[in-house]
Amino acid sequence: MSVPVVSLQGVGFSYPDGRRALDGVDLHIHHGERVALLGPNGAGKTTLVLHLNGILLPQEGTVAVAGIPVTRPNFVEVRRRVGVVFQDPDDQVFMPTVYEDVAFGPANLGLRGEALEARVDAALEAVGMQERRRRAPHHLSYGERRLVAIATVLAMEPEILVLDEPSANLDPAGRRELAEVVRRLGLTLLMVTHDLPYALQLCDRAVVLGGGRIAADGPIGQILADGALMAAHRLELPAGFDLNLMLRLKRQG
Amino acid sequence: MKLAATVAFVIAVVATPREAFWAFGAHAVLVGLAAAAGRVPPGFLLRRLVIETPFLLFAVFLPFVGTGERIQVLGMGLSRSGLWAAWNIVAKATLGAAASVILAATTQVPDLLKGFSRLRFPRVLTAMTGFMVRYLDVVIGELGRMRTALRARAYRPRWIGEARALAAVAGTLFVRSYERGERVYLAMQARGYAGVMPELEATAAPARQWLGAAALVAFAAAVAGVGWLLR
Repeated sequence: MSVPVVSLQGVGFSYPDGRRALDGVDLHIHHGERVALLGPNGAGKTTLVLHLNGILLPQEGTVAVAGIPVTRPNFVEVRRRVGVVFQDPDDQVFMPTVYEDVAFGPANLGLRGEALEARVDAALEAVGMQERRRRAPHHLSYGERRLVAIATVLAMEPEILVLDEPSANLDPAGRRELAEVVRRLGLTLLMVTHDLPYALQLCDRAVVLGGGRIAADGPIGQILADGALMAAHRLELPAGFDLNLMLRLKRQG
Repeated sequence: MKLAATVAFVIAVVATPREAFWAFGAHAVLVGLAAAAGRVPPGFLLRRLVIETPFLLFAVFLPFVGTGERIQVLGMGLSRSGLWAAWNIVAKATLGAAASVILAATTQVPDLLKGFSRLRFPRVLTAMTGFMVRYLDVVIGELGRMRTALRARAYRPRWIGEARALAAVAGTLFVRSYERGERVYLAMQARGYAGVMPELEATAAPARQWLGAAALVAFAAAVAGVGWLLR
């Protein structure tokens, strides 16, 4: 098989207070896959995400992105390839204008002038926010800020898009718009979420993390249908949700 | 560009000798021209000038408390040097404030920040100001939500007893802001931040703008110079 976009091997990590966040995690994501990372609060999902671009370094095992080991000398290469969109867009979008914020990443990669401008325009267009380029982030709606946050990492032309709770705090229309953007982008995707219907809508594969270990990894339909597994990891579909109907609709596209 | 012109204009106004009444008239005409060019309505300008009221009040006191030779005005004995000082403050403060108001009214905060960085202000300072502007709304929003939550639990602010809850709110706000700072820093790192803010676009102000601003400043400087020569 080809080189995985993301590859974790035996990754272990404990926080300074002794809490074991990751415990021997093996995970490979290949080009074009759309993977949902599921699990209860405190299962280690965010810790895993922070390992993908070297914000945290594994205490055991190795992490590689497109075959490049995640180590200090490779940080720039790795961070260009892994686009992490954090949960709160106010944390991610920090420059005085939308344009400058989207330009922040590519400018750190050394782009200047017209190349930089083209990159920013393309990213804003991909999320439909080109009209907002001169605006200040705090004058945008929450949904718009989330889209801008995605544009900020798209501008780095990543190989994998990592979304941390992308549907949190969005109204239903914002959710739908975001889903449309993500589908249109067609990027390799890792989505961390509690929102199981949303995961089902956007992803083909699901990985369940529990107590710092991979508890299950497979087609998302099978995982969501496994009642015992779901209950063991505090995962619940909304009351009245018809999984079979949704799966059938999804197959039909 | 506007920033440099405003600062230069204010310096020229301050340097003008106070005896040259006509010079201040000329400066005022310049301010008027700038306001017209920037399409700042006079009413807006006047309202914003309310900010200098404390200085004006102080100026009104000076003739009464000033020392030295006294002269009779409307039957009151006023100090000559106090009158001059008051006139000086009123004229210069009004002109300076008017120039700043025009700058603020015609310039968006991001452009202002870019102006500072183009004028070779330390990058760290402009970045910090930018963060402040960006997160002021966020922090005020958090404070507002906490106040609502307090009031929702029948908290009635009175001057005593209020202090404890307020201290808790201030502490929580500080911790939350600190944590947000950490998360922002993580997000910056994730996008390749390595300790230096990248310098974005180097678009300088167009030559015609420079010309207009330079003419305005040169005229103000000339007025100040002539004022000194004629005293």
